[in-house]
Amino acid sequence: MLGIARRKVGLGLFRAPILQERLHRVLPAGSVLSKKYSTSAKEIQVREALNSALDEEMSADPKVFLMGEEVGEYQGAYKISKGLLEKYGPERVLDTPITEAGFAGIGVGAAYYGLRPIVEFMTFNFSMQAIDHIINSAAKSNYMSAGQISVPIVFRGPNGAAAGVGAQHSQCYAAWYAHVPGLKVLTPYSSEDARGLLKAAIRDPDPVVFLENELLYGESFPVSAEALDSSFCLPIGKAKIEREGKDVTITAFSKMVGYALQAADVLSAEGISAEVINLRSIRPLDRATINASVRKTNRLVTVEEGFPQHGVGAEICMSVVEESFEYLDAPVERIAGADVPMPYSANLERMAVPQVDDIVRAAKRACYRAVPLAAAA
Amino acid sequence: MAAVRRLSAVPIRRCHPLLLLRPFSSAGSEPSITVETSVPFTGHKIDPPSRSVETTPSELLSFFREMSLMRRMEIAADSLYKSKLIRGFCHLYDGQEAVAIGLEASITKKDAIITAYRDHCIYLARGGTLVEAFAELMGRRAGCSKGKGGSMHFYKKDSGFFGGHGIVGAQVPLGCGLAFAQKYLKEGTVTFALYGDGAANQGQLFEALNISALWDLPAILVCENNHYGMGTAEWRAAKSPAYYKRGDYVPGLKVDGMDVLAVKQAAKFAKEYALKNGPMILEMDTYRYHGHSMSDPGSTYRTRDEISGVRQERDPIERVRKLILSHELATASELKDIEKEVRKQVDDAIAEAKESPMPDPSELFTNVYVKGFGVESFGADRKEVKAVLP
Repeated sequence: MLGIARRKVGLGLFRAPILQERLHRVLPAGSVLSKKYSTSAKEIQVREALNSALDEEMSADPKVFLMGEEVGEYQGAYKISKGLLEKYGPERVLDTPITEAGFAGIGVGAAYYGLRPIVEFMTFNFSMQAIDHIINSAAKSNYMSAGQISVPIVFRGPNGAAAGVGAQHSQCYAAWYAHVPGLKVLTPYSSEDARGLLKAAIRDPDPVVFLENELLYGESFPVSAEALDSSFCLPIGKAKIEREGKDVTITAFSKMVGYALQAADVLSAEGISAEVINLRSIRPLDRATINASVRKTNRLVTVEEGFPQHGVGAEICMSVVEESFEYLDAPVERIAGADVPMPYSANLERMAVPQVDDIVRAAKRACYRAVPLAAAA
Repeated sequence: MAAVRRLSAVPIRRCHPLLLLRPFSSAGSEPSITVETSVPFTGHKIDPPSRSVETTPSELLSFFREMSLMRRMEIAADSLYKSKLIRGFCHLYDGQEAVAIGLEASITKKDAIITAYRDHCIYLARGGTLVEAFAELMGRRAGCSKGKGGSMHFYKKDSGFFGGHGIVGAQVPLGCGLAFAQKYLKEGTVTFALYGDGAANQGQLFEALNISALWDLPAILVCENNHYGMGTAEWRAAKSPAYYKRGDYVPGLKVDGMDVLAVKQAAKFAKEYALKNGPMILEMDTYRYHGHSMSDPGSTYRTRDEISGVRQERDPIERVRKLILSHELATASELKDIEKEVRKQVDDAIAEAKESPMPDPSELFTNVYVKGFGVESFGADRKEVKAVLP
C-alpha cells in the first residue's frame, strides 16, 4: 500500500500519469488548467458575427428594421439574417421583391421619417440599380436641408469578387461610394471588425455603406469577450494595425487584409518586416494612421481587390504624397485587381485578383530588393 | 356653372375678409356651404366620392387669400430670377395652387407630403414662411435650408414636409418609405407623394407602388398632371396618359386639379381609403402658366391661346373668387384689398430676405455628416482650405 506513489499533481484533479505528462507538455509550468480556459479566445465565423450584431441592435432599438431580398423566410441569401424573422417578426424583417430602386428608396424615406433601416443588397453589384437613392437621396440630404433631414440608414451586403461568378457579379464598389461626401464606407475584415463596425454603423446617424465579402463569411476569427459584449462598438474612421513592422507599410481592406498578412509572413522569412494596416473605414479614411506608419517605415504598398484606376490606393498614395512626401524612400506601390472585367475561367480569374505573391513582389520592389520582372502580357 | 345650395334660411354671415381663418368649419358657428365640383370624379377600380363638397365662408376666403399669396410669390420669384437674384433652377407653380391648398384642407401637419422640385408653394402650404422661401431662393442665411439647398430643396420636417427633390421620380419611393414609417410607428397618418406627368413613367414609381400595395402602406401617389413634362406633351411620353389608371391593381381617381374643393374632397377620400386599404393614386388635372423652369418660355411646345384659354376658363383663384362673390361672402373690392395686402406681404418678405446675408464660408463644411468624428474635409486647394467636421 505504502509503495504506491501518489504523485502530487499541481493541477489537483488528474491522477493519471500519462495525462499529467501530456498536460505538462501542453501547459507552461505551474499553470492551472482553469487559467488556460479563460485565456483561450472563442472563434466565430464572420457570418455569425454579423448575425449577432444585427440581432443585438434590433433588440436594443425598436426603430431598427431589416429589408432586402430573401432576408426573411430564406434566412438570408448568405444566411447572415438567419433566425431574425422568427425572432422579430415580419414587420421588422421584410422580404422585398427584386426591385432595388424601389426598396432602397423606401428605406431612405423611412430613414427621413426617423426609423433606422438596414437595407441589404444581395451583392453590391445590384446596388447600382439603387445608386441614385444612396447618393442623391441619402448622402446629400443632411447637407441640402442644412441638417433638417438626417438619414440614419445602413446599406449592407457582399462586395467584390466571390469565386467564379463572372464579370457582372464581382465588382468592388469601395472607391465609388467612398468618393461621395455625406456617406460613410466601412469594410470589415475579421469577425471582430464585422461585429464592431456593423453595430457602429447601425447606431450611426448618417448613411453608411457597409461592404462585406462573401468569401469571408465562412472564415472564423478569434473574438475577445469584450467583442462579444452587446455594447461593443468599433470607432468609425479608425484603421487597425494588424501587424506591426518597420520596413514597409502595407494597407489593405476586407479580404485583402488576410492576403497582406500572409504576404507579411513570407516577407518576414526573407528579413523584411512589414506593417499591415487593416483600413476598416474607407470613408472617412484614417490618413493619420497611414501617414504615421509611412513616416516610420518610409515605404508603402497599397492593396485592394477593385479596379486600379481611380481606386482606393490612388487616394492613399496621394494622401501620403501630400502629407509625408519627404519620408518616402521609394515610390508608392499599388496592387489592385486587373483592369479588366472579371473573367470566369479559374486561371484567368486568379490573374484578375491580387494574390499573395503580388503583394510580396511589390513590397520587395518598394524595398529595392531584386525581383524578376513580370512577363509582359 | 357650379350648382349652389344654401342650407338654411339664416342669412349667411359676412366674414371679415381680413381674418385669416384656418379652413375647417367649427360646428354651428359658421354656416356650411355645399358646392358641386366643376366635373365629377372618375374612378379606376373604386367608386368615386360625391361631387358635393362641404365648405364654409372662412374656408373659401382663406383659400382665396392663400392661393393669391402663392400666385404672388411665384410671380415675384420670376422677377427676382430675371434680375439674377435667384440663380440656377427655378420651377414655378402658378396655376397649380389649388392642389397645394386643397390637400392641406383635408389633412394635418402630422400627415406627410413629399414632392419634386416645383416645391415653393407646397412649402408655404405646409407652414413655411415667405421670408424663408425668398431667402432660400436667393441663397441667404435666413433661407429654410440656410442657403445650401436652393429652389429645389425646401424642407419643413416639423410640419411633415419632406422636400424638395431634384431627381425626377425619386420622391415617389421616398414617399412610400415615409408611409412605411408611419405605419410602422402606428401613427394613423398618411403620406402624399406628389409627382408630375413626366415622372409618371418612372420605373421606380411602379416598384414602390408594388411594395406599397403588398405591404398596405398608407401612401397616396398624387400625379400633378400639367400635361407637359418639360417640353414633351403627355401624349408623346406616355402610351397611356390616363395616369389615374396606371396603378393597374391600385385604385385611382381623376380630379379637376384647378378646383380647390375637388382637390379637398379627393384628399379626404384618399386619406380615409389609404389608412384602411393601402395605396391609391390621385391624378390632378392641372396646368402651369410658366414654362417648365425659368429657362423655358413655355410657348414653343404649347400655344399662347391654350395658356390664356386655361387662365380664362379654369384659373383656380378666379373660380374661388366667383364662388365668394356669388355667395356674397365678400365684395369685389374686399377681395381686391386682400390681393393688395398679399402683394405687400410678398414685397415686405422680399425686402427682409434681401437683408439676410450670404452664408458664412465656414458653412461650406457644415452638415456633411450629423456626426463627423472630427474628420477632415477639404476645399479645392486642400493646402489652403480645410476643415474639421464636428
